[in-house]
Amino acid sequence: MSTRSFGEPVKRVEDPRLVTGKGRYVDDIGDDRTLHAAFVRTPHARARIRDIDPYDAYELEGVVAVYTWDDLSGPTAEPLPLLIPHPDLTHPRTGYALAKDAVNHVGEAVAMVIARDRYVAEDAAALVKVDYEVLKPVVGLRKAAAAEELVYDDIPGNAAAVSTQAYGDAASAVAEAPHRLTFEWDIERSACMPMEGKGVHARWDAHEEKLTLWTATQTSTGVRGAVSAKLGLELTQVDVVTPDVGGGFGVKIVHPWPEEIMVPWAAIRLGRDVKWTEDRREHFVSSAHERAQLLTVQVGFDDDGRVLGLEVDILHDHGAYIPYGLIVPINASTQLLGPYRPGAYRVTFTSLYTNTVLVTPYRGAGRPQGVYAMERTMDRIAQYLGKDRLDVRAANFIQPEDFPVDFGLMFQDGRPLRYDSGNYPALAEKLRTLVGWDEFEKIRADARAEGRQVGIGLGFYVEGTGPGPYEGGHVQVLTSGKVKVATGITSQGQGHQTAFAQIVATELGVPFSDVIVTTGDTRRFGYSVGTFASRGAVMSGSAIALAARKVKERTLRLAADALEADPGDLEIVEGMVQVKGDPSTAVGIGTVAVLSNPLRYAFDEASKAATQFGGGPVDYAKPPVAPGEKPGLDETDYYSPPYSTFAAGAHAVIVETDPETAEISILKYAVVHDCGKMINPRIVEGQIHGGVAQGVGGALYEIMAYDEAGQLANASFMDFLMPYASEVPTSIDIDHLETPSPLNPLGIKGAGEAGVIPTSAAIAAAIEDAEGIPIVRMPISPSELFDLRRAAAYPEPLVNTMPGTESVRWVDPASVLPEHSSAATPAASTESEARA
Amino acid sequence: MTSTDHTDVGEQHLEVRLRVNGMPRRVELPVRRTLCDALRQDLGLTGTHVGCEHGVCGACTVLLDGEPVRSCLMLAVSAEDHDVTTVEGLTEPDGRLSPTQQAFVDCHGLQCGFCTPGFLTTVSAFIEENPDPTPEEAREAVGGNLCRCTGYQNIVASVLRAAEIQKERATESTEGSDA
Repeated sequence: MSTRSFGEPVKRVEDPRLVTGKGRYVDDIGDDRTLHAAFVRTPHARARIRDIDPYDAYELEGVVAVYTWDDLSGPTAEPLPLLIPHPDLTHPRTGYALAKDAVNHVGEAVAMVIARDRYVAEDAAALVKVDYEVLKPVVGLRKAAAAEELVYDDIPGNAAAVSTQAYGDAASAVAEAPHRLTFEWDIERSACMPMEGKGVHARWDAHEEKLTLWTATQTSTGVRGAVSAKLGLELTQVDVVTPDVGGGFGVKIVHPWPEEIMVPWAAIRLGRDVKWTEDRREHFVSSAHERAQLLTVQVGFDDDGRVLGLEVDILHDHGAYIPYGLIVPINASTQLLGPYRPGAYRVTFTSLYTNTVLVTPYRGAGRPQGVYAMERTMDRIAQYLGKDRLDVRAANFIQPEDFPVDFGLMFQDGRPLRYDSGNYPALAEKLRTLVGWDEFEKIRADARAEGRQVGIGLGFYVEGTGPGPYEGGHVQVLTSGKVKVATGITSQGQGHQTAFAQIVATELGVPFSDVIVTTGDTRRFGYSVGTFASRGAVMSGSAIALAARKVKERTLRLAADALEADPGDLEIVEGMVQVKGDPSTAVGIGTVAVLSNPLRYAFDEASKAATQFGGGPVDYAKPPVAPGEKPGLDETDYYSPPYSTFAAGAHAVIVETDPETAEISILKYAVVHDCGKMINPRIVEGQIHGGVAQGVGGALYEIMAYDEAGQLANASFMDFLMPYASEVPTSIDIDHLETPSPLNPLGIKGAGEAGVIPTSAAIAAAIEDAEGIPIVRMPISPSELFDLRRAAAYPEPLVNTMPGTESVRWVDPASVLPEHSSAATPAASTESEARA
Repeated sequence: MTSTDHTDVGEQHLEVRLRVNGMPRRVELPVRRTLCDALRQDLGLTGTHVGCEHGVCGACTVLLDGEPVRSCLMLAVSAEDHDVTTVEGLTEPDGRLSPTQQAFVDCHGLQCGFCTPGFLTTVSAFIEENPDPTPEEAREAVGGNLCRCTGYQNIVASVLRAAEIQKERATESTEGSDA
């Protein structure tokens, strides 16, 4: 295989293992001696715990222990950490490893049972009697905002945070704009829902006083830090290993989950391996959700649709606890801006407690909501002005020559929102071609002639990817010539072992198949942040590239001594160091690794060359390890960027809506994507496919059906409608733009979340375009669309404003704010003229 | 089946004999143990994954006498005297990947790999039944399995590719025997 594999769609090295059943997920670890944990979870959304009676559970044979909060002490008994504090987060509240006195959402862990197997543990959990004083829960954003009932008596208004960011004088800019509109956009809850739930396996070695924890996490170093703090162990007493992980999508970046504390806590107490594997219902009611927001927009714009002022107010439902801080609403409120720079902007979000499962990042992490509000607002501006929706966007695009663009706002990484590079007009033009934007009216007319109804929608986004603070990489050339690579971030299916091997093979000049990558194992690499925010490739990829460059430089220097050549005259080709263009001089990098480590004792034929009498010419003036050198051919380096890098993209979708049943079908889905230089286009496209499918789920199917009592009524795969193959587009047309990032050595940007971000916006726009009915709330089901049709208070069949048609234009009258200036409201007639 | 009564949690234990991946196996287990748990815990075949435990996601699909079944919905004792094939048993006797396994590698038909064993068993049975599927049939064939990573595009492509590889290998072996 070629060493220049960077940028090639090489097959994944992970796959032969995973397709033969040789993957190793956390539930695959353990043996007959392993004890199993099950958790007693509250069936009430809000209650005080009067008493817990574990005695019946204890009497069951096979039960080893039942634990409640009363058994905990010291830091273990304290609230779980607030992972990301923020000055505006004035009323943070986190849960406990096991509930103390009160429960605040259905599914919260109240007690832990340890037994010889999971069946017995669950039998026993059902026998633990908990006496609750049930209180009235707060469910839903509007109820939380009304604050007639409080989730916590000492948190007024149910608000954990109220946060405003702005540049310019947005209120004046809106007030003085020629045209003004206002909207409310409404997004429902969904969840990451990886196919593998969470899982923990803990082993305590009493002799070495060392804990090894296998956990399905997106941050092994984060779990290590949190567990050592909560269990009162030194960091060096804890190793966290992330084996194969069956998907994450954000939920596994939260840590420590109560089970990540309680399972090792029990393993230490009992001196036995203890494991816990989350079941699907537990995942629904005790792992995190996301998405629910209400976004109110006031926009002022000129006759070209250029946004002069934008004011946005966001109500964000963060559930019962807020361990992950304000990341989701910060993303929503900053990334709402997308590829545009309004004249002035003000956004205020209020992060509200409800008696529901906590809300933390799910792929996209607030961006889908923000992008939904902005893109739909662009659609409505176009409609109001009778302009083409792409043209209105083009009037607002940041131009390629404007970069870097500093908005004067703070991004989720605590650093300036500063776009590094991009080319949004080029994205738009590629999308125009890819989806056939200019030909759509013919498609619409043809469909209409057949009695069918179709519509087209758009969604643009910019995504801050690769946030800091840092990642590191370790690259080691073994004497066999193989290259071992380690980085701290974890993998949940992104193909890191493949992509990072491509980077090292290319940087170092070794065969791709000789590079072996380990991720997410604190035994191999202890300094890391984690896998989230599309940062794996950008952060660890860059760090690994830098480490590989250092290894290359040392390899050439060491080989230069052996070959009595100048390092500048050497190259590495297929793992052999040689004088440029002269393979006859070649020395394997494995041999260089031997020479890099001066030996007294040979252990095989190759190592004889490194012993004191076995080598070539020696310069006796120098010590065997020269000053500034070190034994072994390995290097570590770190990458820490000043800002996030900003990827971008645009989606377009054509939908058909059944005139009778209101069934919504996707006829075409097109994605233009710019993540800078691609390491492996096959993996990038796979990420886009998966993101789009989750986006379709969020747009058409997935809701969290909480009732007023805070019961999640659809907590199973029977009732939570995750897309099957039958629900996703039959094909996704993808085109790429590669605008390099100037911030990192490889010019790359993140790609993991791209597919999901603008999907709801594009699909809603397409349905609106097909139906001529305002679509405000997403997701939308056929029955909801059916109801909207019936409720539509419009006298005429309402259709779109695409070029070349004579259709009737509609504007929701309630959305139009009083005209401020003398600028005339564009009339349908002038619009037709403009189109002629 | 031999019964050995345990009084502890009222679990009745039975000895079950079945063939797993062509090998006769005998295992004593509680009668309430699901087939997926028996495969994973009693027989050490952790390639079969459990995604929902209510028969919807299909990750735990194994072949029972060649037919796909949800091993989370079946008690292990019901597999008495049956042939069970798990993902570990799909690999060719010479260690080569099966057509379906190879196709998923070729087409990037998996990401995290958790749902993959259920797809592989399902598709292996499908291409036996329908060696020449259309794209629509390929999509329908995997219509009962959930995947959260791939968006199914490359899985459908993998089904089609699996059928192709199966045909290619059939041709190879025919040619081989002619020679």
